[in-house]
Amino acid sequence: MNAEVDPHRDTHATAGTGRAVRFRVFRFKQGDRAPHFDEFTVDVGEQTTVLDALTAIRSRLDPTLTFRHSCFHASCGTCGVRVNDREAMACVTYVRDLAASVVKVEPIANQALVADLVTDMADFYARFNAIGRPLLQDSDWLPEAVPPPGVPSYSRFENCIECGLCLSACPIVGTDARYLGPAALAAAWRVVEEPRGLDARAVLALTDDCQASWRCHVAFECSEACPSNVDPAGRIMLLRRRQTGERLRRFMARRRA
Amino acid sequence: VIREMSQARGAPHVVIIGGGGTGGAVAHDLALRGLRVTLIERGEITSGTTGRHHGLLHSGARYAVKDRESAVECIQENQILRRIAPGSFELNDGLFVAVTAEDEAYEPTFFESCLAAGIPARRVEREEALRLEPNLNPALRRAVQVPDGTMDAMRLPLRFMATAKRNGATIKPFTEAVAVTMVRSPKGRCVTGVSVRDHTTGRGYDIGADVVVNAAGPWAETVARMAGVDVPIQVSPGILVAVRGRFCNMVINRLHESGDGDIVLPQRELSVIGTSSWVTDDPDHLAVPADHVEMMFHEGSTMIPAIRAAETRATWSAARPLIGERGAATGRELSRTFKCFDHAADEGVEGFVTISGGKATTRRAMAEATANVVCQKLGLDSPCRTREYPLLPHTDYYA
Repeated sequence: MNAEVDPHRDTHATAGTGRAVRFRVFRFKQGDRAPHFDEFTVDVGEQTTVLDALTAIRSRLDPTLTFRHSCFHASCGTCGVRVNDREAMACVTYVRDLAASVVKVEPIANQALVADLVTDMADFYARFNAIGRPLLQDSDWLPEAVPPPGVPSYSRFENCIECGLCLSACPIVGTDARYLGPAALAAAWRVVEEPRGLDARAVLALTDDCQASWRCHVAFECSEACPSNVDPAGRIMLLRRRQTGERLRRFMARRRA
Repeated sequence: VIREMSQARGAPHVVIIGGGGTGGAVAHDLALRGLRVTLIERGEITSGTTGRHHGLLHSGARYAVKDRESAVECIQENQILRRIAPGSFELNDGLFVAVTAEDEAYEPTFFESCLAAGIPARRVEREEALRLEPNLNPALRRAVQVPDGTMDAMRLPLRFMATAKRNGATIKPFTEAVAVTMVRSPKGRCVTGVSVRDHTTGRGYDIGADVVVNAAGPWAETVARMAGVDVPIQVSPGILVAVRGRFCNMVINRLHESGDGDIVLPQRELSVIGTSSWVTDDPDHLAVPADHVEMMFHEGSTMIPAIRAAETRATWSAARPLIGERGAATGRELSRTFKCFDHAADEGVEGFVTISGGKATTRRAMAEATANVVCQKLGLDSPCRTREYPLLPHTDYYA
């Protein structure tokens, strides 16, 4: 817009204008015997997010602090962490909304630790890829809209941003690594609902298992943690209902035979 | 050690600095040409400009009137990306909407320029535009349909990197370049590799290279200085605002000259409004000016009135690495095309190449041009294969 913009005016983490907040940040490097916490003080403003604070710590206080981030609006799923013991996307978690006087930031749970706040996503994708859900779905917005010539139907990206917060929050994943987990089960329901060329029956059968849809204890922690309205627990319940229906139909067919 | 290995195995080794869309596409191109490739990135993949961009798959229409070269690049690469990365785009097309009499007066120039650049544009009357996008400002006068699309700003680059890995490339996130290593040569200096710090271990080490590619985007100048050379980068940030609610399925652009707040993109259950433009020297500390946020709401709601009352999900800034002389006022006057610099030619530094400028949409072409320069330097006659080579799914990157 204009060249007069002061690069330090209105920045999310502005020095001197906000209040000083203490951050207790989880630290670990490969080869360390044990993790520890480091404390940093950051001046925050009304609009400062936890991601802004981490970025300010890295660029002004400790360049070795390591964390994942990419899109800054909770669409990529990379900056999932635990803030004061709750799963959160750092980029849309505003420091002003946190009640505690000290902000504790830790990596997501139930995933292999790489360094500091970074976890290895290989385990997440190993579960997710077993289902193989497409990235696109039919758009469910503006149903009255008529697509233009050349566009057969409006499409949009699936809500799941593959952040892993549901796996971090799930009490079963924490105790039993064999459980397929909420993200993959939510993806399975999407394939059943809208296969887009995939084999929905095979996915339904694959997840009809004591380590899949039937392992969930209905704690709904995953749906609580999800930043993107996926509601994995709700979808696991839908999977169960469909699987129960299938079982009943097979049973009745056998009886008739 | 890696240099010795590369010589032992025959293929030259290229180190790419920068794990954004460009670096990933260069890694993919060079790996397909049979080179040994290591990509290093300071943070997570796409943590710089790439991940923060609005996710537009450009038709090129935005540049058709004033920057024909960029417009032609965009429409050509738009068509190639659709072919090599199916399933990665919301292919709902885009509308340029004329809201004012001034916009309407600009329409013939715009429409003719699109056709001249090879962009398949279609004129849309007011009533039809409102059927396509019911949330558009009912005061709109006319519109033009173009083959815009949207991408996931992280997941498309992951496909390039997943494919590069499958073809032998090594991708090292959380690995920061701290120095470019060099020896004296008859013509000046010759780059021998990169000293890095691995932030997952806290330890430093050297990586040997036959050629180092600087694909650091807005940090390209910082990296170039490590090799004692200069690149004319103008860092030009712009602001983006994501609001709750998906107010359109198509990409909605304002039909007038490039300006602030002239685009609204759907993204999952959000709408993203962009953008503004200013210049800075420091890509590590990007401002999010409050008056720019207000301007996004104002301009965005001129096209889609419901935006005015929408709840903010996030506000952030992304830094465009434009090519141009310092002293530009806002960055808008600079071309959006790209340039590959071989620093041997003017500055006597052998084995060091910088790629900068460009657009997310033109990353493959940027990579092709860069890989051509790298292969020419290494005396290799290996053609580019990325125009037709299908990319692996993004989920393969972490697997």
